[in-house]
Amino acid sequence: MSPILFYLFAAMTLVFAVAVVANRNPVASALSLVVSFLGLAALFVGLDAYFIAVIQVLVYAGAVMVLFLFIIMLLNIQAEERRKINVPAYAAGGLVTVAFIAQLWFVLQKFELGKTAFAPLAEKHVDDVRNVGNTLFSTHNLPFQVIGVLILVATIGVVVLSKRELK
Amino acid sequence: MAYVVPRPNLTWKEKIYLPSIVAGMAITFKHLKRMIKGETHVVMQYPEEKWDKSMPDHYRGAPTLVTDEHGRERCVACQLCEFICPPRAITIKPEEIPADNKFAKVEKRPKEFEIDMIRCIYCGLCEEVCPEQAIFLRKDYAITGITRAEMVHDKAKLYELGGVFTGLVNKWNPKK
Amino acid sequence: MDFLTSSDFWFLSLTSLAKTIFLIFLVVLPMVSYTVYAERRVSALIQDRVGPNRTGFPTSLIPGFTKDFSPFLGGLGQPVADAVKFLLKEDFVPGHVNKLYFWLAPCLAMMPAIVTLAAIPFGSEFLGVKMVVADINVGLLFMFAISSVSVYGIVLAGWSSNSKYPFLGGIRSTSQMISYELCMGLSAVPVLLVCGSTGLSSIVNYQVREGWLLAPFTNGGLSFREIALWVPIIIAFITFTISMFAETNRLPFDLPESETELVAGYHTEYSSMKFALFFLGEYTAMIAGSALIVVLFLGGWHLPFIPDGAGQGGLNFLHAIPSWIWGLVNITAFFAKVAVLLLVFIWIRWTLPRFRYDQLMKLGWLYLFEIALVNIFLTAGILAFTK
Ligand code: SF4
Ligand code: SF4
Repeated sequence: MSPILFYLFAAMTLVFAVAVVANRNPVASALSLVVSFLGLAALFVGLDAYFIAVIQVLVYAGAVMVLFLFIIMLLNIQAEERRKINVPAYAAGGLVTVAFIAQLWFVLQKFELGKTAFAPLAEKHVDDVRNVGNTLFSTHNLPFQVIGVLILVATIGVVVLSKRELK
Repeated sequence: MAYVVPRPNLTWKEKIYLPSIVAGMAITFKHLKRMIKGETHVVMQYPEEKWDKSMPDHYRGAPTLVTDEHGRERCVACQLCEFICPPRAITIKPEEIPADNKFAKVEKRPKEFEIDMIRCIYCGLCEEVCPEQAIFLRKDYAITGITRAEMVHDKAKLYELGGVFTGLVNKWNPKK
Repeated sequence: MDFLTSSDFWFLSLTSLAKTIFLIFLVVLPMVSYTVYAERRVSALIQDRVGPNRTGFPTSLIPGFTKDFSPFLGGLGQPVADAVKFLLKEDFVPGHVNKLYFWLAPCLAMMPAIVTLAAIPFGSEFLGVKMVVADINVGLLFMFAISSVSVYGIVLAGWSSNSKYPFLGGIRSTSQMISYELCMGLSAVPVLLVCGSTGLSSIVNYQVREGWLLAPFTNGGLSFREIALWVPIIIAFITFTISMFAETNRLPFDLPESETELVAGYHTEYSSMKFALFFLGEYTAMIAGSALIVVLFLGGWHLPFIPDGAGQGGLNFLHAIPSWIWGLVNITAFFAKVAVLLLVFIWIRWTLPRFRYDQLMKLGWLYLFEIALVNIFLTAGILAFTK
């Protein structure tokens, strides 16, 4: 991927991610999030990780966000009112952010592996669906199964909760 | 007497629904085939073929004015049609018939008589209300024009469309 | 920027550009307009009417010609007239709409449908160039992903119109799309299991080798495995086609727009070219859907006994004819198959009545979803036992 495209999509991801928080209208926020996801997917494509990119679009942009939008529209959530600026809260938030970035910075400084430039992958077309599948079901089989059980539990919980009659 | 409509018990074939879809598609395909083979009777190809010859006398097309056998305009400008017309398509300006006219005893005639064919709904109420049987819905059904002004039929046009109608009202005829 | 000087780069970009232009302007747009024409004509014939049979090409405007050119069926100029009409109509934006999203929605409805076509292999090889715009190894998932984004156009149209019927249309389409996307994805899994790849090109190549999935005898013989696999493949084909109808909002499932109850659903407030974009989007999605069915089940561009464009396969004596001709033949075969499927889409539309909303949901979640799920296990079982 050419650096121009990388910076373009990275900027798109970041700008729209900020827009999610900055927008007052919930529908606009949700849509900004979708665009941000699409930018992220494009970045994955730049890494030749087509599968992750496509799944990113399919699951997040295509299903989760549609449901979000559906709920927002159905409940008719109105635009948020502008609140007065609460100086201590803003200051605290800023402090936490700065601290977090500083921490990241220090950790990454010490992370030697991050400084090495990897040689490009030898094969041009990696069958990444197969790779992901193999890794999931061999190396990471146990966590995968555990996550499956977890999701099943959550699903059953949802069904039970929605079937329960309100008293 | 109460009658309960029996709810049919569907067979499994009907419940699957796919065979019914195929059956329905067979029916529509039959129609398509008959149409392509020209077996279906298509009613009429309008601008080339027209219905005019077989049109009945009572056909209600555009409203027109008619003259009688002496060439006298039947309308006496009573304006009943103007008032009954639901969309107010008719505008009449009456005038007095000069004394030297043969039909001076009729007293009134329309100076201008306009029907706005954009408004007219072809209801026929004007024909029904006219005491002189002067206005008739005739057989012209394709009234078209490029401008709005063209669609307003004036007196001359109305008489041109209407023509002569004889032997209906005789009270204004000169005594023999 | 050394990639700018490499000949590989220029060859790739130029051929991709040529393929994209070919697809959009020479295939999709004419195909969409003539599908609309076919829709009107076939519906008329099915209902014992005549349909649009008058608009020819106005050759009488050119000096030297006295008559309009109106070839065999008549009315073949209708799509052109329709397009001109859409462009010249007043583009009315109601005062109560949410302007930005009102403008955005038609574009969002149109774009995903076109983008999905990028992954479709619409021919074998033509002059040494592979006839697919983006030959990615997750082609099928790509199609699903992009078409799942297309719902935003409809939802936004419904929401931004700020009136009741479009809103209901938008809501309906959201839930319908989400439900049927699942069925569609699941019913395509048996194909992936059999072919062992998610790339659309490799799926087609598999079918060239082993015979079309829906007609495994096209490569000459029938093995026991192929007969056993036929059952799940036919089930997958049926469920996939049904969900495709629902995804593209075609008639038995056209609840988002249902003219009789929601006036026109999500595009009630739209006029002129914006409305035309919805129309284009819907029909392009239909073409993409048919193309996907052709690729997955009907052998893609392959015709039995006909060599592909690279001079491989097929009957031997046919190799005497230059291979680029076979490349063209394969492209034509692909779009002919798509056209046949489009006609079936139309045919079904004018046969079936619309489903009720609860029936639609019940069909999707209680039947198709389960059938597709069981079908995956059935396929896997057959594959495991008939190595
Ligand atoms: S036909 Fe009806 S609408 Fe037309 S001019 Fe007569 S009264 Fe008016
Ligand atoms: S057409 Fe008949 S109703 Fe109308 S003004 Fe003349 S006489 Fe009266």
